[in-house]
Amino acid sequence: MWKTIVRRLFIMIPQLFVLSIIIFILAKFMPGDPFTGLITPETDPARIEELSEKAGLNDPLYVQYIRWIGNAIQGDFGISYTFKRDVGELVGERALNTFWLSLFSVILLYFIAIPLGILAGRYQHSRLEKSIVLYSFITYAIPTFVLSLVFLYLFGFKLEWFPTSGSVDIRYDEGTFGYYWSKFYHIILPAITYALLGTTGIIQYLRSEIIDAKAMDYVRTARSKGIPMRIVYSKHIFRNSLLPIAAFLGFTITGLLGGSIFIETIFGYPGMGQLFVSSINSRDYSVITALVMLFGFLTLLGSLLSDIIMSIVDPRIRIE
Amino acid sequence: MDVLLEIKELHTGFRMNDTFYNAVDGVSLSLRKNEILAIVGESGCGKSTLATSIMGLFDQRTTRIQGEILYQQKNLAALTEEQLNEVRGLEISMIFQDPLSALNPLMRVGDQIEEGLIYHTDLSKEERKQRVLTLLQQVGIQDPKHVARQFPHQLSGGMRQRIMIAIAICCKPKIIIADEPTTALDVTIQAQILDLLVELQKETGAGIILITHDLGVVAEVADRVVVMYAGEIVEEAPIKELFLHPQHPYTRSLFHSIPQMNKKSDRLNVIEGIVPSLIHLPRSGCRFADRIPWIPQEAHEENPQLHEISPGHFVRCTCWKSFYFNTRKGERYV
Repeated sequence: MWKTIVRRLFIMIPQLFVLSIIIFILAKFMPGDPFTGLITPETDPARIEELSEKAGLNDPLYVQYIRWIGNAIQGDFGISYTFKRDVGELVGERALNTFWLSLFSVILLYFIAIPLGILAGRYQHSRLEKSIVLYSFITYAIPTFVLSLVFLYLFGFKLEWFPTSGSVDIRYDEGTFGYYWSKFYHIILPAITYALLGTTGIIQYLRSEIIDAKAMDYVRTARSKGIPMRIVYSKHIFRNSLLPIAAFLGFTITGLLGGSIFIETIFGYPGMGQLFVSSINSRDYSVITALVMLFGFLTLLGSLLSDIIMSIVDPRIRIE
Repeated sequence: MDVLLEIKELHTGFRMNDTFYNAVDGVSLSLRKNEILAIVGESGCGKSTLATSIMGLFDQRTTRIQGEILYQQKNLAALTEEQLNEVRGLEISMIFQDPLSALNPLMRVGDQIEEGLIYHTDLSKEERKQRVLTLLQQVGIQDPKHVARQFPHQLSGGMRQRIMIAIAICCKPKIIIADEPTTALDVTIQAQILDLLVELQKETGAGIILITHDLGVVAEVADRVVVMYAGEIVEEAPIKELFLHPQHPYTRSLFHSIPQMNKKSDRLNVIEGIVPSLIHLPRSGCRFADRIPWIPQEAHEENPQLHEISPGHFVRCTCWKSFYFNTRKGERYV
């Protein structure tokens, strides 16, 4: 198994290489340049030329690419044009914020979705099932930004229960209890919004898996042993039904760093999603390319992680 | 003769479009101690439905069971799910057709065998593990310690069916219902599994209800045979009697359609038509009449009953008296 994992990690290298070329070219073809906003129609063309030359934008594309990829391999993704900061440092800081928000969101999501999915599947044709399905369709139909805005307005501005933007209150110093509490406090509202809206997939998956599993031959075998239905559910039906959820777990884990563009933007939460949008808007190449490379890497890693998790939970799947 | 299980006028109906259609329609039979009773019939005749009804494994919302299934003065058809659990696995157990899908893919087979012991016995954990190993040995598995830790997909078809049998016999049940236990297996393995069943039956004295559509299997192991067609019993007889003197047109057609090695023929004999679906099943008159249209209507009974034509040999309807086959050349022979 370890051999396979190492091999799969090596296979990622050419995949990431191809990805890097595509990203680089796409980034270059984006309209506009990082100086948008810095220059006005009155700016001296010689000044623009000077800025471009300084940023290396006048070199041939392949030279720019080699320079970029060479630095990237060493962990140097350059300086953000807009933030005037080291990209690695900037992304690291945002990734940490996003990680905590996502982690709390996903835990909350599983806490809501798994019990609901199990109940809906177990009590098929009941009123309970119908209300759970209705809930999951309603939340599926509500756009994230709508509920985010409603919650922000209601709980943030009207009731003032939760902060309306940021990731921490500036009054607190890093390391104090107040600081961490404040961080958590800023996460709650966006996390609840995310968790309430994200349940559909898991509920529907679990529900239909359980309904399918109930009709399986091995469930009939279990019942023919004379064991109580409660045990048939917990030992035979639920375990088998959770497999597809486990299959997505790898992507969910690596997805923790991806962040949600809508949630972070609306709640003014300085995370990866927000950074991604703002860097695109300001043509901040070094940040965009670093982020897309990171997302690509995470997706590849997620699929590997999913395979590893599947091989642990399902004895029929073995990584050889 | 001790009667282990007696079924009286059993009707099992499935709900379709808010009406119940009986797949088993008025079946009465009894199983005696030390007996292997074979239930034969083609697909859709209700034989598996009968077996599943005995175990009470149907969803009660979509199934309706009427009649009596008497086991030790208890009517199994009237028990609740909890009461049934006292009987299932402990007194009556079941072996299913396809052992791969009938075993939980995520559980070690040892644990699956042990499960019944947890709920039906007071054995300690070590005693249960020990019992699992004994059971595995009993069903002819060479390396029980190793096999107990395997998952179903790691075993061969024959081994899996042995595991199913070990599950079924773990609490020494009085009755074993084997629902086509050899259908999913290779012919060579089939014989082994049948031998094992017969051997275990002799050891434990359990009664076995063997459900099959394979007359070869029946000939090999059964003591008594019940032939079912369209939800009804059409013929019931001791094994020798049935094979030597089959009477009902359906039974005779079944035998007639077995290919014969010593007779040269270019085409197989078949029974014309198909088994009527549940919805279109004629609920009165002889249900086999449509498939032997050359027999005049007067030959059939209006309300076909089982008639005892010799001790222990029952035949439904009167049409058997005037039944004959048509050869392809148009000759008739009896």
